[in-house]
Amino acid sequence: MKSSFPVRLLALLVLLVGVAALAGCQRGAQPPWRLTDVSGHLPDLDFKLTDDNGKTVTGADYRGKVVLLYFGYTHCPDVCPLTLAQLHVVMQRLGAPADDARILFVSVDPARDTPPIMHAYVNAFDKRAIGLVGSPRDTEALAKRFRSAFTREPDKGDGAYDVSHSSAIYIFDRDGKARLLATPSAAQDDIVHDLHLLLDLGVKA
Amino acid sequence: MTKTFIALLLLCATGTAFANDAASLRASGAWIRVMPANLPAGGYVTLENTGDTPVTLTTASTTAFGHAMIHRSSTDGGMGRMEMVHSVTLPPHASTAFAPGGYHVMLTDAVKPLAVGDKVPVTFTLGDGSTLPVDFIARPANATGPTD
Repeated sequence: MKSSFPVRLLALLVLLVGVAALAGCQRGAQPPWRLTDVSGHLPDLDFKLTDDNGKTVTGADYRGKVVLLYFGYTHCPDVCPLTLAQLHVVMQRLGAPADDARILFVSVDPARDTPPIMHAYVNAFDKRAIGLVGSPRDTEALAKRFRSAFTREPDKGDGAYDVSHSSAIYIFDRDGKARLLATPSAAQDDIVHDLHLLLDLGVKA
Repeated sequence: MTKTFIALLLLCATGTAFANDAASLRASGAWIRVMPANLPAGGYVTLENTGDTPVTLTTASTTAFGHAMIHRSSTDGGMGRMEMVHSVTLPPHASTAFAPGGYHVMLTDAVKPLAVGDKVPVTFTLGDGSTLPVDFIARPANATGPTD
């Protein structure tokens, strides 16, 4: 027997309410993220590296700030500058709240990237960007922590080489909790949208 | 007589083809991302092929840098990587963009430090041996295009 239109409509409504309730249950009071929500799926921001001023820093030094973590290297002529230039535009679009956010650019090329080179590099993009370098072991440990990967490609002669690396941007809240994952091809609007939400969340009391 | 005619025809055909490749291309929005500390820089341009046949672009050269190579970046599968490209085919009646994240001219070992606003002449060599000179404008590291 074919159900009448009002019955089907009612069934649909019940289903929709059910789905909404379920979603509400699972997500709690989660903001409407546009990027990939990784809350609870990746570890907190934790590392011990050297910043571009030569100072030893840890993940805890950035508590209170929303952190955008990106792996790259300074001899990367295209994808890294593209990503950092886009993040600079994102920071500009955020306006004053961007002062509560930091871009952490972690080198996957510790053999060539020294703090002074990293300093010149990150500051060419954004004043809220920080370059981080570490021993090959510490760098690898941080990459592994976030299931990121990098591979040094064969020498192209004259000592030049490329490093293939994960292109994701990891976004942490002010408590150092991993919250979102963005790809370099993510819409700038979406990154700005989610960072506004994340910056509004404040620090857990 | 016939031989002369064929020879003339051949000459014409070669002559036309020779002029064609570079003549059918229009370059626009050429810029270089200037990096600090003499780090490798990317060069970007839009090339429009106004002709009826595909044009092959084989090499790039410039006196402003020690090396100029055509590369292509990709972020397939979440990995950012680069590969050297031996030729790029520019389809007829279409524009091909050398843009961040894709095709680019990788420029290394600047002869002298570039300043924002400098013009850098780059010459592309095409499949038929003709050449296309293009002036690239030096732009800041955090630029996202030729004019932003």
